[in-house]
Amino acid sequence: MTPKFAPGVRLHEDKARARWIVMAPERMFIPDETALEVLRLVDGARDEAAIVTLLAEKFAAPAEEIGADVGEMLRDLIAKGALRE
Amino acid sequence: MSAIEPPLALLAELTHRCPLRCSYCSNPTELTRAREELTTAEWARVFREAAALGCLQLHLSGGEPTARRDIVEITAAAREAGLYSNLITSGVLLNAALMARLVKAGLDHVQLSVQDADEAGAERIGGMRGAQAKKREAAALVRASGLPLTLNAVVHRQNLHNLSALIDIALDWGAQRLEVAHVQYYGWALANRDALLPTRAQLDVATRIVDEARLKHRGRLVIDYVVPDYHAARPKACMGGWGRRFLAVSPAGEVLPCHAAKSITGMVFPNIRDTSLEAAWTGSDAFNAFRGTDWMPKPCQGCEHAERDWGGCRCQAFALTGDAAKTDPACALSPDHGLLAAAVAEAGETRFRYREFS
Ligand code: SF4
Ligand code: SF4
Repeated sequence: MTPKFAPGVRLHEDKARARWIVMAPERMFIPDETALEVLRLVDGARDEAAIVTLLAEKFAAPAEEIGADVGEMLRDLIAKGALRE
Repeated sequence: MSAIEPPLALLAELTHRCPLRCSYCSNPTELTRAREELTTAEWARVFREAAALGCLQLHLSGGEPTARRDIVEITAAAREAGLYSNLITSGVLLNAALMARLVKAGLDHVQLSVQDADEAGAERIGGMRGAQAKKREAAALVRASGLPLTLNAVVHRQNLHNLSALIDIALDWGAQRLEVAHVQYYGWALANRDALLPTRAQLDVATRIVDEARLKHRGRLVIDYVVPDYHAARPKACMGGWGRRFLAVSPAGEVLPCHAAKSITGMVFPNIRDTSLEAAWTGSDAFNAFRGTDWMPKPCQGCEHAERDWGGCRCQAFALTGDAAKTDPACALSPDHGLLAAAVAEAGETRFRYREFS
């Protein structure tokens, strides 16, 4: 799967409040830390495996462990309408 | 008073010019002329200051925002400032070339207005022939561009019977979201109130239609719908509280706590040509007049809902009682609440009599 942002959805740095925020038509939500790590790597070109590899490197954790979390996170963000496959 | 929070959204009223002439338009009767409008560079400055102040969302509105020849440059400036941009348009000036340039400039979302579901009704209410066909085309252009589309329908007594058909149009035109907004009664709409105010029975039907449609089209269409003030026991939080979440800038640069605030005669608003947006937000008398809860009269003072509805709408309080610092008469606890009930009874009665004799 290669996730990309749904139309009209983007990740934005809310500097005034020192946080990142997902902006969508007529709504916004604040991603938790894990979701934010995943969302920052979503560019419409990287597939799920590439995202997992990068995160495994970043957190020096086994890819299998990270993989399960990332998969769940991506499905959740798709269900929320923030991402598409 | 506690520290002033940064605003979340800016409404940029780019121009008062518009090819339509809706009878409930919230623009003031004194319209700003084109040569008094803020320039492209001035808007770009407003957007940068808004983003620095904490604004995340920008609504590009009017009048008709695409009546400005620099709408693409303005959109690009919004993107550059880092704002999430929403174009609020009647759609009648949109074409494929303009749509493509707007997308390239970084537009995020389009909100298209419809006046009614049936063509004749829509064109009578909006005062422009051929408008409905143009709107249908505009919706197709937005969809083809890949941007998300929200349809906005202002409803009132004259078109509420077409609500089901409006929902069908939203589906048919490919909108992901439908906003059903009731007319707000100040200015023009207040003068036309007897012709526009829906009856309780009409509202009950409308609420049922919305509930059913929400279920039926779940996952395909989101419907935003709020019961209007005249039939509610509690007022709505005006813009999330005066000077709390929201600010508007008028075509000539006035900084307003709400798009209708100029209807409060005697209030003086800061202008972006003389001051910074931050100074207007934090330091101006206009923004501080009704900020927080200190200004509140009884029964708001000490009321458990005070930080939920912030005493309701200042423009409505002014329109109905002549005093912007009173509790919104939409509140059942307001000593002026009877004004609303009387208006509803009158409007309803006219209709009832009409039915009896017809
Ligand atoms: S009294 Fe004031 S604060 Fe209380 S519910 Fe009514 S409007 Fe809101
Ligand atoms: S003061 Fe009233 S009219 Fe003005 S924005 Fe608030 S709710 Fe609307």
